[in-house]
Amino acid sequence: MYSDNILGFETIEKNLKALAFKRLIYSFISILAILFLLSSGLTIAEENNAGSFQRGLSKFFDYPVDLFKEAFESGWRWYAYVFKYLPDLISTINMAFFSTLFGAIFALLLSLFASKNLIKNQYIVTLSRRTMDILRSFPELVIAMIFLYLMGKSELPAVIAIVIHTSGALGKLFSEAIENADNKPIEGLQSCGASWWQRVRFAVIPQVVPLFISYTLLRLEINVRASTILGFVGAGGIGEALSAVIQFRYGDEIIAIMFLLVITIISLDYFSRFLRGRLIGDNK
Amino acid sequence: MEQVLNQNVIDAVDLKHKKHIRILIITGFVFLVYLIGSILHFDLPNLAKKWNKDRASMFMLDIYAHKDHIKMNWKDPQKIDVRFEGGHRHVYKDDPTWLIRNKNNQSTIVNFDNGGQFVFFPNRVEMRNFPNINEPFIFKLNKNGKPYVDGYVGKESMLPSWMRATENKVEVRPSLYERLQVYGSKVEVHRYELGWKYFWFDFDSPLVGKRFFDAISLMFNEDRVDPKISNFNLVVNEFLENEIWHHNTVLFAMVETLLMAILGTLIASMVGLPLAFLAAYNVTPLSSIRFFLRRLFDMLRGIDMLIWSLIFLRAFGPGLFTGIFAIAFTDTGTLGKLMSEAIENTDKKDKEGIQSTGANKVLQHRFGIIPQILPIFISQSLYYLESNTRAAVIIGAMGAGGIGLHFLGALMTGNDFENVAYMAILVLVAVMCIDTMSAKLRRLLIGIEDKK
Repeated sequence: MYSDNILGFETIEKNLKALAFKRLIYSFISILAILFLLSSGLTIAEENNAGSFQRGLSKFFDYPVDLFKEAFESGWRWYAYVFKYLPDLISTINMAFFSTLFGAIFALLLSLFASKNLIKNQYIVTLSRRTMDILRSFPELVIAMIFLYLMGKSELPAVIAIVIHTSGALGKLFSEAIENADNKPIEGLQSCGASWWQRVRFAVIPQVVPLFISYTLLRLEINVRASTILGFVGAGGIGEALSAVIQFRYGDEIIAIMFLLVITIISLDYFSRFLRGRLIGDNK
Repeated sequence: MEQVLNQNVIDAVDLKHKKHIRILIITGFVFLVYLIGSILHFDLPNLAKKWNKDRASMFMLDIYAHKDHIKMNWKDPQKIDVRFEGGHRHVYKDDPTWLIRNKNNQSTIVNFDNGGQFVFFPNRVEMRNFPNINEPFIFKLNKNGKPYVDGYVGKESMLPSWMRATENKVEVRPSLYERLQVYGSKVEVHRYELGWKYFWFDFDSPLVGKRFFDAISLMFNEDRVDPKISNFNLVVNEFLENEIWHHNTVLFAMVETLLMAILGTLIASMVGLPLAFLAAYNVTPLSSIRFFLRRLFDMLRGIDMLIWSLIFLRAFGPGLFTGIFAIAFTDTGTLGKLMSEAIENTDKKDKEGIQSTGANKVLQHRFGIIPQILPIFISQSLYYLESNTRAAVIIGAMGAGGIGLHFLGALMTGNDFENVAYMAILVLVAVMCIDTMSAKLRRLLIGIEDKK
C-alpha cells in the first residue's frame, strides 16, 4: 500500500484525522474508567472504613505530633534509646542480608534453567519459569506466618519466607538478563568446542554479573523492609521491638526505632545506588 | 600488524591476574565464613527439630480433608450426635450412611472406608476390623470414672505406637483418617474424609449437597426451589452466606485488598507525575522547588510503608483508607523520583523541535516530553501495581484490614486451616491475575518491549 504512491495528501490527512480521533476516544474512555474506579473505590472505602475520611484527615498529624512531643520531653535519654535498639536493627539487617544471599544463590541456579539460550529443552525452561512464578507470587508475610505457626517464634521462618520470595523474584530478573545477553561470545566459544559449563562461565557470566549484583542490591533494600515487617508478626529483630513499644505506647522509643529504620533505609538506598553506579559504570 | 609481546607486558598482565584471583579468593572466603556463621546463628542445622510435626500434619490434613465428630457422653449413651467439624450449629439432622444405630443391643457403629469400625456400647467402645490390626481393642471406664484399655491396665507400655493411654485420656489413631479419644466424661470419634465439604453451600442451605455445575444449571432453571426468590438470586445468596467458608467476608476482603492496591497506585501515579515534572531541572528552573521536592520524595520513600500504615492506622482506623494512603504516600515518593529522572533523561531535540514551531511551554512539555516518558510511566506504574498487590496483603495484616487480616485471624485460631488454605489460594490467584493483566496491559499500551 505504501510502495505505490497512489495515496494523495488528502487521504493521508483523512486517515491521520481518523486515527487522532480514535486515540482521543480511547484516551477519553480510559480517563472515564479511571475516574469511575477512583470515585467508586473511594466511596466503598468511605463506607467500610472504621473512621470517616474527614475526621481522619483532621487527626492525621495528632499521632506523629504526640510521638515527637514525647520524644522531645524525654530529652537526652532519647539518644540512649537509639543505641538500645541498635542490636535489634543489626539482627534485622543480618536477617535480610543472609536471606538475600541465599535467595540469590537459588535464583542463580533456577535462572540458568529458565533461560532459553542456555537450555534447549522447552519443558525444563517452562517448568522452572512456572516454579519461579509461584515462588514469587506469595507475599513473604503469608509464607512467614504459616512457617511461624509450624516452627515457633524465631528468625528462621522469616528467613525461609524471604529466601522463597527472593529466589522467585530474582530468578525472573536473572533469567531475563541472561536471555538478553549477547549471543556472539556464546557462539564463538561453541565454535571452538567449549562445553556447556565453559560457555556459561566465559561467555554468559562476565556479561551478566554486574546486572546480577545490581539486582541483588536492589533486592537487599526490599528485604530489609520485609524483614522489619516480618519482625512485626513475631520473627524478632527491630520489627518485634517496634510492635512491642507500640503496644506499650512508649512514644519516645517509637520515634527512636522509626528514626533508626528511616536512616537505615535511606543510607542503604544511597549505598546501593553508589555501588550500582560503579558496577555498571565499570562495565561500559 | 604483528604485535610483539615483551616480557614486561606479560608480567604486568600476570600480576594483575594474580591480584584479581587473590581478591576473588578473599571475597569468597569472607562470604563463606559469613554463610557458615549465619547458618549457625539462624540454627539451620536444627531445622528438623524445630519443625512441629504434629502441627504440620494436622495443618496439611485439614487443608485437604474435612472431618465429622461423633460424640457420646457416658452419662447419656443413647444420645449420640454427629457434627461437622465439631461445630455447635452443625449437627446432622439425618444420620450419615456410615453411621448405623442398632436398637436391639443399644450399639452404634461408625464405619470407615477401610472396613474398620468403632462400636459404641453404653458401657464400652470397641474397635474392630481395622486392616493390619488383628486384636480387637476395648475401651472402658473404671470405677473412678477414668478411661482405660481393656487388658492393658498397668501394661500401658505394651500398647501399639498409634495408641496412647494417660490417666485422663486414651487417644487412638490407627491412621491419619481415624481418631478416637476416650475421656472420663465422653467419647469422641473423628472421621476424616477428603475434600472441602460444604464449600459451595453450607449446612442449613436448601441447596446443600449440590455440586458446582448443578448449581449453575439450577440458576437458569425456571422451577423455583424457594417460591419467594428466583433461583439465580437464591444460588448466589446461599453461596455468599455460607457460614462455614464465609465467602461473603472473604471475597469482600479480597476486593478490599485489591482496591487498596489499585487506588493506592493510581493516586501515587496521578500525584507523582506532576510533582516529577516540577522536580526535573529541564522543566522547572527554580532550584529551590526542585530541592524541596527531591527531599520530599526521599522522605516519602524513606519512611517505610509499614510506618506510614501505622501512622494512618491511628488517623483513619482500620480500613481501606489506611492501606490506600500508606501505598500512595510511599509510591508517590518512588514514582516521583523515578519519573523526574526519566524526564531529565529525555532527548532535548524533541522539545526544541516543538519550540521552533512557536509553541508555548505547556505544549512543549505535552508534545516534547510526555510522548518520551509515557511508556516508562505506564510500565513503572504497572510494575508498582503488581508489587502493591502483595504489599496490600501485608499492610492488611498489620491492621489495615482486607484479606491479610482475615488470614492472620484464621491462622491464629489454629483450627480453621482449610480457611487459611482457601485464603492463601485466593491471594495467589489474585496476585497472578494482576500480574498477567498488567503484563497484557503493558504490551497493549506500549507495544512489545524492546526485548529483541
